[in-house]
Amino acid sequence: MNLSVLLWLPFAAVLAGLILPAAEARFAALVGSLATMAYAVVLLFKFDDGARGLQFVVDKTWIRELGVHYKLGVDGLNLFLIVLATVLFFACVAWSALREWDRPRLFYLWLGLAESGVLGALMAQDLALFVVFFDLMLVPFLFLGGSWGDTPNRVASMVKLFIYTLVGSLLMLSAAVATGVLAPGDGITFDLAQLASNARRLPVGSQEWIFLFFAAAFLVKMPLFPLHGWMPDGYRAMPLPVLAVFSGILSKVAAYGFLRVALPLFPDAAVHYQELLLLIALASILYGSAMAFTTSNTRLILGYSSVAQLGFITLGIFSLQDTGAQGALLQAVNHGLVVAPAFFIVALLAARAGGSEDLRDMGGMAFRAPVLAALFLIVTFANLAMPGSSNFVGEFFILLGVFNSKIVIAIVAFTGVALASVYSLRLFIRAMHNRVGPHVESREISLTDALVVAPLVALIVAFALYPQLALSKDEDAVKASISEAKALTQPAREASR
Amino acid sequence: MTLPLAAAKGPHIDWAGLSPLLALLGAAVLVLLVGLLRPRVVREVFVPLLAIAGFGATIGLGIWQYHEQKDLISGALRLDDMTTVLSFVFCTGGIAAVLLSWRAVAPREAAHGEYFSLLLTSAAGMWVLVAAQNLVTVFLGLELLSIPLYVLCATEMRRATSLESGLKYLIIGSVGSATLLYGLAFIYGATGSTDFSGIARALKGDVATDSLLLTGIALTVAGLAFKASVAPFHQWTPDVYEGAPTPVTAFMAVATKAAAFGVFLRLFDVALIDTSADWAPALATLATITIVVGNVGALGQSSLKRLMAWSSVAQAGYMLAGVVVATRLGVQATVFYLGVYLMMNLAAFAVIVIRERETGLGDDISSVQGLGAQRPLLALPMTLAMLGLAGIPATAGFIGKFYLIDAAVAGDYTWLGVVIVIGSMVSLAYYLKVIAAMWMQDAPAAGTALATTGQPAMAGGSAEADSPRVQIETWFVALFFGAATLFFGIVPSPLFDLAVDAGRSFAGLF
Repeated sequence: MNLSVLLWLPFAAVLAGLILPAAEARFAALVGSLATMAYAVVLLFKFDDGARGLQFVVDKTWIRELGVHYKLGVDGLNLFLIVLATVLFFACVAWSALREWDRPRLFYLWLGLAESGVLGALMAQDLALFVVFFDLMLVPFLFLGGSWGDTPNRVASMVKLFIYTLVGSLLMLSAAVATGVLAPGDGITFDLAQLASNARRLPVGSQEWIFLFFAAAFLVKMPLFPLHGWMPDGYRAMPLPVLAVFSGILSKVAAYGFLRVALPLFPDAAVHYQELLLLIALASILYGSAMAFTTSNTRLILGYSSVAQLGFITLGIFSLQDTGAQGALLQAVNHGLVVAPAFFIVALLAARAGGSEDLRDMGGMAFRAPVLAALFLIVTFANLAMPGSSNFVGEFFILLGVFNSKIVIAIVAFTGVALASVYSLRLFIRAMHNRVGPHVESREISLTDALVVAPLVALIVAFALYPQLALSKDEDAVKASISEAKALTQPAREASR
Repeated sequence: MTLPLAAAKGPHIDWAGLSPLLALLGAAVLVLLVGLLRPRVVREVFVPLLAIAGFGATIGLGIWQYHEQKDLISGALRLDDMTTVLSFVFCTGGIAAVLLSWRAVAPREAAHGEYFSLLLTSAAGMWVLVAAQNLVTVFLGLELLSIPLYVLCATEMRRATSLESGLKYLIIGSVGSATLLYGLAFIYGATGSTDFSGIARALKGDVATDSLLLTGIALTVAGLAFKASVAPFHQWTPDVYEGAPTPVTAFMAVATKAAAFGVFLRLFDVALIDTSADWAPALATLATITIVVGNVGALGQSSLKRLMAWSSVAQAGYMLAGVVVATRLGVQATVFYLGVYLMMNLAAFAVIVIRERETGLGDDISSVQGLGAQRPLLALPMTLAMLGLAGIPATAGFIGKFYLIDAAVAGDYTWLGVVIVIGSMVSLAYYLKVIAAMWMQDAPAAGTALATTGQPAMAGGSAEADSPRVQIETWFVALFFGAATLFFGIVPSPLFDLAVDAGRSFAGLF
């Protein structure tokens, strides 16, 4: 398996698509993203569970003078996120291909670049390369939202989104350079494996500000309260299929960044700021949930529920326990699988409610659309972490981890689980049941749209039946990622007893 | 025959080493003379081609003299890789400026011979400036660079803003030169030498705290800061950039910047290197002020040329960070960034030039609105330039910024690295405004052209001659430098090699 192929295939396909006539551009993107997904699935099966460390490593010198390597690799930490990314992008391209877009070649070009950018950020094993892709993956979304967005003020919204998230990314850039330059060792290197042993020898003061800069980048991208300012406008502005991948995978890259970069490199600082990040996560859970059941815009309900869910994921990571971090990674995959079909369903709901995405204009759609309602119900149950769903396993692991480290926070976080069922069911009931809305003309989901949504829902079900698939493969990598930080918390707790 | 030669025994002159400079000066004279010929085709085609040949010859001779390390004319000038690499930068800028001027109004109004001759003379001044290793030649180079530029700014004689721009530049530039001269005199007074190596030797002693020297350094910094548009000596930049003919603005932005930073590097990192503890904090402060002022100033601009002017102020601040650290890495990062900056700016200015001629909206941001849908191949270079200037990955601008932050952190100026990224954050707001105008807004309705920007009809040029026609050479400049911005963002090694060679010329650095 060559990871470079996986990385560049989507972009190469859409570049080739530029020579096609505008109306046919979608096929290049479809073929590219399908092939990428197939490649990723093969990767999943070829992945060796027993082996420790990175697999399928590609390592070439990119910029000799700066010590930057083009190093890609897969381990348990990113394996499932890579597969998730390819699945969601294929769904997004398929969904988009069923619809007409202005300037289609450009549209698919940006989608292909976005997929390559996301995959690059997930596979990069060199800190500088990670920063490059982390920034690069955002650029296509600026254009996608700004040019094809749904609201009149989409440009301002997307520029706001871009600046917000790039502020974090640029802080991360300076932090990354500082890590590479200042970390003791022979010569300058950005190799994450080498930095994991070198960066710890940095003075504590340096470690702490560097960690905070990384955390800022990741928290903005997720987004967590109070750094979510770009989210409401940005979510309203983006076209729904684009939003499905944006919400589904980009936020997970940020969560993954904590596990890949921040925790292994700066365990001391992570322990030092553990409580701060737990409190931010907790605030996000409560704030996100409260907003999700008060707002009536269906996109924002999903948006704020994402804030809450990412709060849970962060909570799991910063429990600094094996179970918590494993649950967080599982939940990252789960949430991606849930939120993408949810956004597609929102598009379908809006089409049936006279174009309005407001919950008050919906209602009573289930009667004429039983299949749609069933699909939506499964997504809803998964989102509220119904026992039996994979999300339940994820949240259970997260809370178990937090219980073992900070019991008070865990108790408060439990309310988040209850709130999730409130806003998820509210969305479902008020859209599908209740009185029929004023302009609602319900009809069944079309076969072509169902072909996009149903496989995603099927994946949710499959994952609910067999979450061990992910848990068994990522266990070693997650343990390795947090081991240093976890070791630091143990003596402190022993001493306090 | 031998008698007069023996009496007037001049210094040994290394003609080979001096050849790049002679090529520029020779071409300037030749262009001036050929410009006198009657046929129109000679003036409009042959003269610019000769000017390009002049710049090309300088680059070629530079390649021939590459890796030479020698003093010229008893140490007044120094030919090393720093000189040569920077001459590549401003000669490339010169060639681009000639191409951008091809259909411009300015050379027709000022006469082709004079216009291109001034351009070449100014470049000769830049060569002297970056090669100078003597306080006197520094001043000589600076004046030779500046005076032709004052004139060039005012070459669109029928446009009041062009004249205003030239006059403003003349007055402020003269103040800058006077300040510089004053500072150089102080440095001479403190060290007893005008020669850079002599100054460095004198400073090995304990004159470092001499107030005469410190005053001299301060005045010199102020004088050079005028040229490099470093805040708070930048106020002329937006007005002059906006008023000057756009090809001249492009040349000023990239070439003058390279020359000014060349002398910054040689003066501070060679002659005054042993007092770096005195000037480095001051320069770091200036860099910070420049980054903040430049980026904030650009925010509210709707004229693209003013926007680029403020952006050039901010970029000067980034580059100054490479001077501050006084390390070889810092020198290399500055040279690297100058090269990158050249590409990004020329791509942007070429697009501005094209749209100025096509739309009649001048350099207002509305002139590029809807460009992405209408002319994607024109919007692409501009987009790459803006993304590059903002420091987005996959453009050369990102690598340049990475290198500068790298140098700042390695030189114990981590906070300056953070200032650079904070500046970049602010800069996103205005660079994205241009990108958004191109790709996400519709073109303004036809007929909204501003009446005031129309050129008055005049002999030798008609408004129709400029109006929509494929401006192939300008378009080539835009595409070439846009592609270069992308290419060196992915394969930066060739540019690194040049920067490393340039950095190696300064033997005393670590």
